[in-house]
Amino acid sequence: MELKRVVVTGLGALTPLGNTVSAYWEGLINGVSGAAPITHFDASKFKTQFACEVKGFDPHNFMDRKEARKVDPFVQYAIASTDEAIKDAGLEFDKLDTNRIGVIWGSGIGGLTTFTEEVVNYSKGDGTPRFNPFFIPKMLVDIAPGHISMRHGLRGPNFSAVSACASATNAMIDAFTYIRMGRADVIVTGGSEATINEAGIGGFNAMHALSTRNDDPKTASRPFDKDRDGFVSGEGSGAIILESLDHALARGAKIYAEIVGGGMSADAYHITASHPEGLGAKLAMTMAVKDAGMNFSDIDYINVHGTSTPVGDVSETKAIIDLFGDHAYKLNISSTKSMTGHLLGAAGAIESIASILSVKNDIVPPTINHFTDDPEIDNNLNFTFNTAQKRVVNAALSNTFGFGGHNATIIVKKYHS
Amino acid sequence: MSDIASRVKAIIVEKLGVDENEVTPEASFTNDLGADSLDTVELIMEFEKEFNVAIPDDQAENISTVGQAISYLEKNVN
Repeated sequence: MELKRVVVTGLGALTPLGNTVSAYWEGLINGVSGAAPITHFDASKFKTQFACEVKGFDPHNFMDRKEARKVDPFVQYAIASTDEAIKDAGLEFDKLDTNRIGVIWGSGIGGLTTFTEEVVNYSKGDGTPRFNPFFIPKMLVDIAPGHISMRHGLRGPNFSAVSACASATNAMIDAFTYIRMGRADVIVTGGSEATINEAGIGGFNAMHALSTRNDDPKTASRPFDKDRDGFVSGEGSGAIILESLDHALARGAKIYAEIVGGGMSADAYHITASHPEGLGAKLAMTMAVKDAGMNFSDIDYINVHGTSTPVGDVSETKAIIDLFGDHAYKLNISSTKSMTGHLLGAAGAIESIASILSVKNDIVPPTINHFTDDPEIDNNLNFTFNTAQKRVVNAALSNTFGFGGHNATIIVKKYHS
Repeated sequence: MSDIASRVKAIIVEKLGVDENEVTPEASFTNDLGADSLDTVELIMEFEKEFNVAIPDDQAENISTVGQAISYLEKNVN
């Protein structure tokens, strides 16, 4: 079977740096931090009191009051970013075969705010169950692609990929694979997350996973810096329209870039810690490069998982050096989480968008907040510290790793006919 | 309009996102006010909470219009 080529024809983003793709990209290349004190709830008793929240988002710009009330914020975010991506792609669904247009969407957790509210409400009562009838359909992860399909009448493959912080990348790889195999013409993919609430911050705090740099939130996310002390929670959504090249050309769509490879693996090691030598990360990157029919030396930029945790940043760096050899020192590497915080299940979506725009614009967004080299990290690598760099980016690789030991890697390349 | 009737209408306006003038006594939740089965369950729960009453399922099944809700509550709320 001949595999179809798959291209990116539309983007949408709702992020801590800005509520559209252009605002997000501006923030990225200017090295802006999205971190600030938490406003979504009273965090005064929490070890971590800041996060990278979405700012100034009004769901009523996208849906009426009744509709907004029936969906969790992670679905509101999904709807906002997919609306932008669909418009950007110029998709006119009334002129297309919507049975061949799917939605594959990632979220690491789903409706945590809804879950928390309903259970707290129950626990305050006398034991009589008085759960809202929308509790379950607001909370389910897969309700996001469900709502997107209903909003636009899309009847192709429709489901969620769930692999914690690798979710959106897994969703995109699935979308890529289905289109490649001819099972759909277009897939709306990406991911969303909205977990900046008591349970999300408290839960990650209990694991000692979050930075507690409360006196200076904007420099808290500092991947590869000696004094990094954990990740910064982020939230938001990224949407990517993937389309077969034939279909995109037939309707005269603009093409951002081509998706050429995906790789997936497991560490089979520990529930939350990454393998110290980056074993699973190496497997995923190797599979992606092979899948793309490329060599490691063809990659110009790696958007790393780089969450700013003490252990994870070291093992990912080791994996890159081990795989790429001398070429590792010619790459640009950056962790855009230094600016956006960690969007968990949506991280792969907004970081793929960063990679796609890097390939399109030949600019590598920086790893901000670098103050002190870490002797455990090879600082001869180019981490694109503090300032964006212009360079030709023919191909970019984006890594995401999730609790459970999931690894997912996707490769974006400049489109050439 | 009784106090109960105005509170019932306010809940319906809030939960179903409809205009107050659509909420007539004859209006059916599902046929006229755009509610689905889950909306209807939620409305009944809101009435229970607002008026501190328990509406058994077999009674709730008979409440499908604004007027039926008001008259049930007027009979059963002290």
